[in-house]
Amino acid sequence: MKSKALASPYILWMVIFTIVPLAVVAYYAFTNSAGEFTLENLANAATYWPTFLRSVGYAIAACVICLIMGYPVAYVIAQTGASAQRILYLLVMLPMCMSFLLRTLAWVALLRDTGLINTFLGFFGVGPLPLIRNAGSVIMGMVYNYLPYMIMPLYTVIVKLDPRLIEAAQDLGCDSVQTFRRVILPLSLPGIVSGITMVFVPAVSTFYISQKLGSTSDVLIGDIVERQFKSAQNPYLGAAMSLLLMVIVFISIGLMNKFTGDEEVTTI
Amino acid sequence: MKRLGKVWTVIVYLFLYLPMIVLFVGSFNDGRDLSEFEGFTLSNYVTLFRDTDSLALLLNSVILAVSSALLATLIGTFAAVGIHSMRGRIRSLVMTVTNIPLVNPEIVTGVSLSLLFVFVGRGLLHTENVLGFTTLLIAHVTFNLPYVILSVMPKLRQMDNQLMDAAQDLGCTPVQGFFKVVLPELWPGIISGAIMAFTMSLDDFVISYFVYGNSFVTLPVEIYTNTRKQMPPKFYAMFTLMFFVILVVMILMNVIQARDESKQKRRVKGA
Amino acid sequence: MSKELIRLVNCRMDFDGETVLDSINIYFNDSEFLTLLGPSGCGKTTTLRIIGGFLQPTSGDVFFDGVRINDVPPHKRRVNTVFQKYALFPHLNVYENIAFGLRIAKVPNKEIDERVTEMLEIVSLRGFEKRKPDQLSGGQQQRVAIARALVNRPKVLLLDEPLGALDLRLRKDMQNELKRIQQQLGITFIYVTHDQEEALAMSDTVVVMDKGRIQQIGTPEDIYNEPKNAFVADFIGESNILDGIMRADYVVEIFGRKFRCLDRGFEPNEPVDVVIRPEDVDIVPADSGHLCGTVTSVTFKGVHYDTIVDFKGFKWLIQTTDLHRPGEYIGIKLTPNDIHVMKKSAYSGMFGDYSSYSAEYDEINDPDAVIGGEETVEEALNNEE
Repeated sequence: MKSKALASPYILWMVIFTIVPLAVVAYYAFTNSAGEFTLENLANAATYWPTFLRSVGYAIAACVICLIMGYPVAYVIAQTGASAQRILYLLVMLPMCMSFLLRTLAWVALLRDTGLINTFLGFFGVGPLPLIRNAGSVIMGMVYNYLPYMIMPLYTVIVKLDPRLIEAAQDLGCDSVQTFRRVILPLSLPGIVSGITMVFVPAVSTFYISQKLGSTSDVLIGDIVERQFKSAQNPYLGAAMSLLLMVIVFISIGLMNKFTGDEEVTTI
Repeated sequence: MKRLGKVWTVIVYLFLYLPMIVLFVGSFNDGRDLSEFEGFTLSNYVTLFRDTDSLALLLNSVILAVSSALLATLIGTFAAVGIHSMRGRIRSLVMTVTNIPLVNPEIVTGVSLSLLFVFVGRGLLHTENVLGFTTLLIAHVTFNLPYVILSVMPKLRQMDNQLMDAAQDLGCTPVQGFFKVVLPELWPGIISGAIMAFTMSLDDFVISYFVYGNSFVTLPVEIYTNTRKQMPPKFYAMFTLMFFVILVVMILMNVIQARDESKQKRRVKGA
Repeated sequence: MSKELIRLVNCRMDFDGETVLDSINIYFNDSEFLTLLGPSGCGKTTTLRIIGGFLQPTSGDVFFDGVRINDVPPHKRRVNTVFQKYALFPHLNVYENIAFGLRIAKVPNKEIDERVTEMLEIVSLRGFEKRKPDQLSGGQQQRVAIARALVNRPKVLLLDEPLGALDLRLRKDMQNELKRIQQQLGITFIYVTHDQEEALAMSDTVVVMDKGRIQQIGTPEDIYNEPKNAFVADFIGESNILDGIMRADYVVEIFGRKFRCLDRGFEPNEPVDVVIRPEDVDIVPADSGHLCGTVTSVTFKGVHYDTIVDFKGFKWLIQTTDLHRPGEYIGIKLTPNDIHVMKKSAYSGMFGDYSSYSAEYDEINDPDAVIGGEETVEEALNNEE
């Protein structure tokens, strides 16, 4: 009974610095600069619907590519011997701890018309190819940045798969494709769900990747929110857009969790 | 199939590390442009260590990361113990709140905190300049807390619930019991939580960007302002150095975890 | 009689509106080995945790040496516990685990060393001082847990299913070992188990519990031979539990037949439960039995055969050393010693797996015959069938 009280500083902290701020966002979203109630901000935010649509579309594309790219990698890591496994896993985690700003900047150096890849292709008389400032480069930037978030939960789930289950499936007549489709894949569903969640959320809300790797027609919600706070000085519109962004995210997470129904999101 | 998987894995790792290699090379580049190698030099490193400004920024980031990690670890460890003894609806409510900073987009967390700070600053403190070290610290502790809790909770779950009873049975007050018996069991989780909080905080840009003030700028925020202009190559040097520092930290963390896991395995076998 | 040490008065325990202990009254004597016996959920562990101080009763009082200790926290009670899964401190070695309580009590190092060494001797673990708990076998961990509790020289040692995690052989060894330690140190052991054999083998006093109530308190012999109700009879050993009617003192009617018994003090014609232990029944040729029936199944158990006999729809378990094959028509003999009469209780009709009530025997009711009395044996034989 007393030990529950140990959580009270935490609960107090979370109420003041997580729940109250969200309430403040909602307050700003429904207020104009004179402090009056208004729906104007939301109406304005809604006019950005093509941007919302683009952000969601890019994020979904990034999720799918991350899943296709990451699953085999997670599987290979999980099948490797114990010590190599630790190193491989560490190498996946490590980029996440490094400045994503500089790493994205390095992609600019790689992809731009006079960049490393086009220079390299130039030796063979190819190019320069339009590798940057398009939807593809923005999605690639998302995939690059958030791929580790996909691999980690997939790995966590796959590594815990009981090898006897795979043997049992083979014993019951499954070939390797059937074993994968009927046993391994369904059992790794929780990892897939949490991986998709962990890629989708930062991808849909990013504001830096699109600025560096995209063109002006690749502006995302994050860019517009950032602009309201950092240059346009319209926190009311910014709050309204943040609110919508949050709603999108919580709806998609809610949809995803229908697949599993986990209390604690697998994060690490 | 297997070979194909391995080849694919190598390709993906190359994809992950290619930009970082570009930055490593860039740190030894005589020119400012990452895509043109103009000759090998160590001058970027020399500039970095002579440049008190960028070292001060790094120091700022480290101060912030250490203090927010410590505070989050303290609050989070006690919180995990408290949550562990909760049941039913209250527990799932608290866990839902714990998950908010994890699932909420970072930009929303940043925006919401900055609005709160400005709101409180104008309304209660009557100042336009609330943003600074304190607001950064608050923001970092807020997003670090869930990581600490999620790494301590599994340790509590693995722990034999009767240990605390046993300690009291043998004469410990509840407080003594906590420090002598429960805490040693939680250490691996606490330490990995703290390290994780430290690295998250050290590298955070999005949230910091919305709650920093000119009185206290962190390294990632400064790098961001530089990405709009020509990036000084000393930052590539710093990136390269930090890569190795973080590599060492992560290996350390790995060793701790490996030791802990083998202990757990032995324990399962022994019982 | 040794002196009373602990007494629970009207102890009641509710968890989330559910009553786990229902007004328990019980006392524990100094230097006795007392066992709380019952199925899981009967309240035995709750009782133990109340004595240990880990739980406070919802109502009622706990007395230790005549002093009310309801509000005394566990660390101030002169009681130590051996926990179910031992709860050894994983980060401390064997020596430090055992020394833990003494260090908390700030006992001088020299004395700690003497007492720990002495305890290691008692539980035969010399040479294991430096091992961590996870490097010990289950039996060794068990011994450390006992030593860790006993080194504090408690007045009472509480043991919560301490042998539950051990395999059968080790359990038997540890039962003897525990009994030996208890006698050697002369302190009170309060032992919780669901294993009736263990309870009967080790205890001075057995307390049988079910559904938060005490069903019976007594010596192992009392509990086995004179169970108070159908639950106790069923839980302790195997029993055939039959419906009967007490016709007079020392006369009970079963299956419409009167048998001589050793019980008295019931109302005339009071319905009762009758327990007949499977090993007490003698199988005789059909023409010389008090009751006759057909063997339906036989299981070889090593020492004896479990023989199920159908008496016109009543299935009895009878344990014999002679083999009677299924289909064989046999008779049984009962002496007054074999018949145990119990008052009807909430448990009547729930147990006695081998027999069930049937109306058939009511029809051949002979009010005059009393089986088991010498004078009526002949008559009984004539009336049979």
